[in-house]
Amino acid sequence: MPNSSAERNEYDVAVIGAGPAGLAAAAAAADTGVSVALVDSGPRPGGQYWRHRTGDDGTHHHDWAEFTRLRARIREVDHLAEHAVWHIEPGFTVHATGRDPVRARRLVLAPGAHDRQLPFPGWTLPGVYTAGGVQALLKGHGVLAGKRIVVAGTGPFLLAVAAGLLDAGAGVAGVFEAGTPAGFARHPLAVAGALGKLGEGAGYLRVVGRRYRTRTMVIAAHGTGELSGVTVAKVDANWQVVPGTERDVACDALAVGYGFTPQLELPLQLGCATRLDADGSLVATADDRQMSTVEGVFLAGEVCGVGGSALAVTEGLIAGRHAAGVSAGSRLLRRRRAQRRFAGALHQAFPLRRGWLDRVGADTVVCRCEEVRHRAVTAAVDDLGATDPRTVKLLARPGMGLCQGRVCGFATACVVADRLGRTLIEADLRGLAARPVAQPVTLGELAG
Amino acid sequence: MTRSDVSDVIVIGAGMVGAMTAYHCAAAGLRVTVLERDAVAGGTTSACEGNILVSDKEPGPELDLALLSIRRWQELADELGADSLEYQAKGGVVVAMSDDTGAGLTAFTASQRAAGIDAQDVSSAQLREREPNLSPDARSGAYYPQDAQVQPMLATARLLRAVRDLGGTVRTGTEVTGFVERGVATSAGIVHAEHVVNAAGTWAGQVSELAGAPVPVLPRKGFILVTEPLPRTIRHKVYTAEYVANVASSDAGLETSVVVEGTKAGTVLIGASRERVGFDRSMSLPVVRKLAAQAIEVFPFLADVALLRSYLGFRPYCPDHLPVLGPDPRVPGLVHACGHEGAGIGLAAGTGHLIAQVLTGKEPDLDLTPFRPHRFEEAPA
Repeated sequence: MPNSSAERNEYDVAVIGAGPAGLAAAAAAADTGVSVALVDSGPRPGGQYWRHRTGDDGTHHHDWAEFTRLRARIREVDHLAEHAVWHIEPGFTVHATGRDPVRARRLVLAPGAHDRQLPFPGWTLPGVYTAGGVQALLKGHGVLAGKRIVVAGTGPFLLAVAAGLLDAGAGVAGVFEAGTPAGFARHPLAVAGALGKLGEGAGYLRVVGRRYRTRTMVIAAHGTGELSGVTVAKVDANWQVVPGTERDVACDALAVGYGFTPQLELPLQLGCATRLDADGSLVATADDRQMSTVEGVFLAGEVCGVGGSALAVTEGLIAGRHAAGVSAGSRLLRRRRAQRRFAGALHQAFPLRRGWLDRVGADTVVCRCEEVRHRAVTAAVDDLGATDPRTVKLLARPGMGLCQGRVCGFATACVVADRLGRTLIEADLRGLAARPVAQPVTLGELAG
Repeated sequence: MTRSDVSDVIVIGAGMVGAMTAYHCAAAGLRVTVLERDAVAGGTTSACEGNILVSDKEPGPELDLALLSIRRWQELADELGADSLEYQAKGGVVVAMSDDTGAGLTAFTASQRAAGIDAQDVSSAQLREREPNLSPDARSGAYYPQDAQVQPMLATARLLRAVRDLGGTVRTGTEVTGFVERGVATSAGIVHAEHVVNAAGTWAGQVSELAGAPVPVLPRKGFILVTEPLPRTIRHKVYTAEYVANVASSDAGLETSVVVEGTKAGTVLIGASRERVGFDRSMSLPVVRKLAAQAIEVFPFLADVALLRSYLGFRPYCPDHLPVLGPDPRVPGLVHACGHEGAGIGLAAGTGHLIAQVLTGKEPDLDLTPFRPHRFEEAPA
């Protein structure tokens, strides 16, 4: 059967994305006997989380056994690697770079997320990376981003990145967590630790040890031409700098991350409803079966709420089964409930606080592709009468460049909402997230 | 009733046409209130290319309005600063890809010259001097030094800023829900004025219904593609001669005729499809594919250039493809400034100027009879 599906480019189920959620969905759907295509831009399955090199034995990876189990289960799946999906038409026709369109009766969208970035003075200097970018360099290429690396931002992912770097022999000059995760440990749901997740965090913490500082932020990056150091400072509960606590830390690489932004292009192309999640991210709405508000379009992983790889796998298993027309068992549903509670507790433990906005100076670049500075964003509001982020984008160009707002969209929306004296709303993010072309595609390929 | 709720003129719509109308009225000393249900420049103004063209006009009332508008745009660029509007007098190049089309184009430019357009016939070699990356298949063409481009959202926002500086009021997020004696009802209360200008763009038909004086303004859907930023590879607004035939077409089916141009930001814009499918916001891949193919025919190097995004907009058109301008005799105080189809940015400057003349009791520079609002109800001659 798979061969004839491949010849016709027609499948019962097409899964987009081969990270934890997509792999699980493809495996669960294939187990039921339907034909499955797994379309992914990467050369190997695993996505960002299990990004690896050929011959990688999984030494430096987490849940590697889970990955190898899932990989073994997708033998009957047509893995269409190195094809980036740029558009999906209703019905469904999946357009990906470098190949003929794939038709499928049902879809599972598992596109994942990218690092959420917040601008601060110096953040565009060479040597400043996203936390995920530093980890991808290490996992995908075995490359250390620097000799003396600072890890900063908020969330448990910082610990994972720092532990990975230490494990690989890197010099880690400090790990600076803006929040107060002590509150996390006190959270009853977290203490339950049903998934061993807390144990993992504690394990990281042991490795990272005395380098870990909470309520501490990198408030500026310095260097001429490239990064030579950062200024860190203690912050209060609202991320305001405590005066007099500023100090400089020498480093040649900074890995910074403030959580994740789910990739919403494909659900928005298909008309799926969205909502604002507890962490401030725009996410697609999924029902108990992991189905979006569009019939036949299922969602798994960060796209329907940032929750980490374990939840992504569970959602993928549920989505894959339902996409294949088979119900998921109650055991999976129970596991998902527990994992979502855990994810919710994490969002509560590592919230973004508005203090970061006060450190974005008039001269700070907000959109690096188009070099739009903070003053141009606020002028669009103050002088030109913009009342939402989309209008600011059209007037001042943040998010108009190569990344199409993937990097700066969230921050731009926050800056605009704050300037207008209100909190961030779903429409703010939606106005910047709609991209009819999800990946750059050449006009020649488009023309066919 | 507070004083702030009383104006001389209410302008419905904060798109380019509304902004131009408000600006010219405010500059003429009128107290202006702009009411916009969404955000500034949020409708068709945010989904177009910013064309200021004479090249695609055939002799007639629309061309007269276009010539007046080109002059006004040049003056506005001086008044407000060309850079602040991203106004570029870049000139237009029309390309004939076959000898037959070339012959038709030559006849067309002759008629345009007679009507006052600076339309210059150019040879294949001269074409390549103007646009070195043009396809070798281009046979001949025409050059239009008067054609220009503006960043439409930015220019609209700057005009509205000028309106506020002149003492006018701009109220966004305020939807007009009905007409009352000397004013309108809105989602934020009643606003009074001597005159109400319907500059609601593609939604002007709905506003005219609220006023009880319907004008048939309908949506025409158009896609535009945007490439990655490039060095300056395309210097003018370049389009194929077929575009001219399509602009005036009444065919309901899909038509695409390519328009390619660079922007100040380095991106290349590729338009323009025309579909009469109502307010359907869905992406249509066949349309987008066809635009890409046509752009590559004119500029082969574009085949290797990445598409960054696409957007669509709804152009407001009337059955006779002329805008609706001037006082509506059916409802005293109601004035229309709508139905500019795909030429609203360009024609807005002349429109605002003429409406302000009407509202200040002056004789308009142009005879408004061909644009009269009630023409659709008249028995055919």
